[in-house]
Amino acid sequence: MAKKRIGSTKPTLHGRKTKIEEVTTGATVYNVPFPKDLSTLKGMSPIVIRHPYSVEYIHSYGQDSPFFAGIANGKLLGTRCGPCRYTYATPRLHCANCGGETDWTELPLAGRVHTFTTCYYGSEEFLKETPFHLILVEFDGVDTLLLARLIGVEGPEEIRIGMKVKAKFRRNSQLKPTDMYFVPA
Amino acid sequence: MRPVYMVSGGVSKFAKARPDATFQKMVKEAFDYALGDIPRLKPDMIDGSVGSYFSDHFTRQLMAGIMATDYLGLCPKPNKRIEGGGATGGLCFQSAWESVASGRMNCCVAFGFETMSRVQTWKGNEFIAHASDTNFDYPVGGFYSGYYAMMVNRHIHEFGTTVEQMAMVSVKNHRNACYNPYAQKQKQLTVREVRDSEMVAYPLTLLDICVMSDGAAVCILADEETAFRLTDKPVRITGVGTGTDMMRMADRPHGKVILAPNEKESDYRNVKYPGVHSFRAGRSAGIQAYRMAGIKDPLREIDFIELHDAYTSSEIQTYEDLALCRYGEGGTFVEQGHPFLPRIDYGLNLKKKGTIPVNPSGGLIACGHPVGATGLMQAVFAFWQIQGSIRKHFGSGELQLKKANRGLIHSHAGTGTYVTVSILEKGW
Repeated sequence: MAKKRIGSTKPTLHGRKTKIEEVTTGATVYNVPFPKDLSTLKGMSPIVIRHPYSVEYIHSYGQDSPFFAGIANGKLLGTRCGPCRYTYATPRLHCANCGGETDWTELPLAGRVHTFTTCYYGSEEFLKETPFHLILVEFDGVDTLLLARLIGVEGPEEIRIGMKVKAKFRRNSQLKPTDMYFVPA
Repeated sequence: MRPVYMVSGGVSKFAKARPDATFQKMVKEAFDYALGDIPRLKPDMIDGSVGSYFSDHFTRQLMAGIMATDYLGLCPKPNKRIEGGGATGGLCFQSAWESVASGRMNCCVAFGFETMSRVQTWKGNEFIAHASDTNFDYPVGGFYSGYYAMMVNRHIHEFGTTVEQMAMVSVKNHRNACYNPYAQKQKQLTVREVRDSEMVAYPLTLLDICVMSDGAAVCILADEETAFRLTDKPVRITGVGTGTDMMRMADRPHGKVILAPNEKESDYRNVKYPGVHSFRAGRSAGIQAYRMAGIKDPLREIDFIELHDAYTSSEIQTYEDLALCRYGEGGTFVEQGHPFLPRIDYGLNLKKKGTIPVNPSGGLIACGHPVGATGLMQAVFAFWQIQGSIRKHFGSGELQLKKANRGLIHSHAGTGTYVTVSILEKGW
C-alpha cells in the first residue's frame, strides 16, 4: 500500500514530503544478467521478489462472544467476579485477582475519558480511517477500563481526560468491538 | 546457581533494510565478530545456543531459529527459540544465563535477529499490533504508537510531564548515536525539531518513536572457569529479573505502588498504580535484579543504563520504574540532565548533567529496533562499556564512560507486558 501522508501545511524536516510515492508493484523480469566469471558473483546485487500472502482466519471470540452479541443488540457488557466482586469493563470470564469465574453484567452507557490519543498513522488495515481518536473509558463502579473509538471531535485539542462520554452502537453490526463507540456526552 | 559471565559480543550494522543478506547471514556476521574478539574460544567449547526473533510474520519462515543455528555450525548441540515481543532479546539473554547458571552448559551462545524490511512500514505496524489482544484491542486501535500515546497522556495528566521533556530524550539518544557506528540514525536535533516533526499519535511525533530495522546481535556467556580461560576481561551477570503484566492495558490495576528499596509508602499517597501510566513489569523486574545484585540505591550504585526506549515517553516512564527517581519525577529527571553523557554537547542547558548516563549507545530510538536482536544489542554495548573497549569497537572513544563498572540492561515488550532487567558488572 502507498504510504499515507497527513494533510499538514507546516514545513517538515529532512524533506520527507518531497519525494515520489513508493509502490511495491515490482516488474516482470524475463532474463537476469549473469557473468561468465563466477568469482564476481559475491558482488552481485540481491534479487528481491514480490511474494503476496493472504490468509482468512476462522476467528472465534470464544468465551468473549456474549460481549459481541451484546453490542450487536445495543447493550454494553462487562463481567463481575462472583467471589471478589471485582468488575471488568473489558470482559474476562475468569478473575485475574482470585481465579473465580465471573458473571456477565450490563455496564453503564456513560463514562469518562481516562486517557486518549489521536492516531494520524496506523497499521495498514486502519490507515484509511486515520486520523481517528482512541480513548480508554472509565465507568463508575467498574474496576477496569475499556478501549474504544471516540467520534464527533475534530482533534486531540477537543478531548480532555475526565471528559464525559456516552456509548453509541452501529445499527448494522459488523461483529467487531467497533460496533460500539463513544461520543462526547 | 553458578556465577555467569559474558565473554564476548557482536552486532551487525543495524539498517532500514539489508536485502543483501538473509537472517542467517546477519547472525553469522555478529557471531563471527564475537568469535574474533576472543580467539581462544574454539567451536568445540560451545555447548549450545538460544535464539530469539519476535515475529514469524516478518520472517515468513517458521523454525528460523534452527536455520540460524545450522548456518552458525552449532548443530547438533542444543538450541531453542525464545520469544516475548519487544523483550525477546532480553529474555534470550536471560535464557542463556539460565543455561550456564544451572550447569547445563559451560558456554552458551545467545543470538537474536529480525528482518523487518520484508514488508512495508504500515504492514509492519499491523504485524506488531497483533501483539495486542485481537478480540478487544487490535480491532479498535491496531497501532502500538497509539497505545503508548494514551499511556503518556495519562502520565502527563498525573504528573505534569511535558512534551519538551520527552523531546529531550530524543535529542540525547540521537546525539549519542552520532558516535556509534552501529546506529541506524545519527542526528543532531533540537527540542523544537522533535516537536515539529510529523505527528504520529498525539503527542508522539516521528522523532519520539524508534524505527524498524534489519539486524542481528550475539552474546557469548560462560561459567567462571571457562570465562577466565577465554578473556582477561569477562563481565559478570550479577542480577536478573523478569516482570509481566496483563496484555490489555485496560485491565491493569489501580492500586498501590510496588516499593523499590529506596522508597517508602508515604512517597505515594495519591498514586494509583500502575494504571496505564507506569510499567509494573519493569518495576518488578528491577526489584528482582536489584535484590540479586545487592543494589539498594540504584541511582548511586549503577554507573550507566541501556534501556528500551521504543518511545521517548517510555524512557521517562522507565527511569521511574527502575527507581532512578520517584514515580512522577521522570520528566524533571531528564530536564535536569541526569541521564545525559557528561562530556557531550547537546545544545541544551543541563544543570545536573551525567549523574547516570542512559542509553549512551543511542538506544532504540537511534540505533533501531530489530526486535529479536535489540535486547542482545544492549548487552553487547553494555559489555563493551564495562570492558572499556568502546574505542576499539566504535572506532572512537566519545561514548566511553570514565566509570563503567556496573551497568543495567532493560528489555521491554508490549505495553509493558514482559520486561527484563539484567545487571552486568566488571568481573575481573
